[in-house]
Amino acid sequence: MKNEWPLWEIFIRGQHGMSHRHVGSLHAPDAEMAIKNARDVYTRRNEGVSIWVVEAKHISATAPGDKGPLFEPSESKIYRHPTFFDIPEEVGSM
Amino acid sequence: MYAQMIKTASAGVKSREEMTDQEREFQDKIDNDIKIEPRDWMPDDYRRTLIRQIGQHAHSEVVGQLPEGNWITRAPTLERKAILLAKVQDEAGHGLYLYSAAETLGESRDELVRLLHEGRMKYSSIFNYPTLNWADIGAVGWLVDGAAIVNQVALQRTSYGPYSRAMIRICKEESFHARQGYHAIMKMAFGTPEQTRQAQSAVDRLWFPAIMMFGPTDADSTNSDQSMAWKIKVKSNDELRQQFVDQTVPQIEYLGLDLPDPNIKWNEERGHYDFSDPDWSEFFNVIKGNGPCNVDRMKDRVAAWDDGEWVRDGLLAHAQKKAAAKVAAE
Repeated sequence: MKNEWPLWEIFIRGQHGMSHRHVGSLHAPDAEMAIKNARDVYTRRNEGVSIWVVEAKHISATAPGDKGPLFEPSESKIYRHPTFFDIPEEVGSM
Repeated sequence: MYAQMIKTASAGVKSREEMTDQEREFQDKIDNDIKIEPRDWMPDDYRRTLIRQIGQHAHSEVVGQLPEGNWITRAPTLERKAILLAKVQDEAGHGLYLYSAAETLGESRDELVRLLHEGRMKYSSIFNYPTLNWADIGAVGWLVDGAAIVNQVALQRTSYGPYSRAMIRICKEESFHARQGYHAIMKMAFGTPEQTRQAQSAVDRLWFPAIMMFGPTDADSTNSDQSMAWKIKVKSNDELRQQFVDQTVPQIEYLGLDLPDPNIKWNEERGHYDFSDPDWSEFFNVIKGNGPCNVDRMKDRVAAWDDGEWVRDGLLAHAQKKAAAKVAAE
């Protein structure tokens, strides 16, 4: 069983103009078959209007250990959120 | 359930003092309901137990196509045939979601399939029973998928992210399965005397195999403690079984059929239905491979795999040839 088809990651754009979202993966010999299989597996109930497939080995990702250094700094920067600023009611909605 | 009697790979639940720092950090995440993701550190036994459980769950989805596939060409109307085809196709998809979840743990799908075909992995005991009449197809959707839903709704909260996400997706589709099954058996139960008789026969034969799906009693599930501590398992076998009985008895009564077990009785004090234990010796015998259809199911699975080999190899060879030609052209 060494002839296993490569693994593909599947991204689908839903009905309402949202971005493509990762929905799962599947095996297929090539991109064309990956799209055909994705259509059969992941859009049987009107879940999508567009499909992207990417062979899993081509995806680079952050390492779980880097979570702290990469994402914690933004926790302390609350001034990046609009709610940080008190605007007087008289000014109206902003 | 779809995964029964999973042997937890562990020497027993460790106390916090016995854990290494890494293990303690891992257990804290689980206790705080933070999902474990594929590249996070995890104990080897957690990984091994998950591969067994998710693998068996995946095998069950795929083997589960066989008893229903038996009736596709004989469905009573074109609409019922289309519905049954859609359901069986869903089961193939469910198998795929679960194999994908197992693959994130480093076990390839082909390897899991090989272990199944060599008899080294199992699938749910329920699929070793035959579907003898059309009412059985209704009963399978309603009772078997109904039991699966009870289990899988609980498993949406399982600690391993990819498994939990597969369960969420599966549960959405599963309620179609239960409803189409109940709809089909309603037609039979409210039909001619012969149809009613077949509906009764289906419930009588499938009731105990369905409640066996949840696995042995808690007293006999020696492997559960560690799986519960790791939240690989979220509710105990007996808890899930009771939940299934409570929701299903009124549904049988609505059909006007006799209850398949004379001891089913509402227990005011417990706030639950009492019911008889299934014959556990039958359960263990089916698990060992001696149920009515074990041999046929494995024969059909292995034949499907072997007969499909030339297609798999052919498509891969074609893809490789095209890729090589593209490289040469660049």
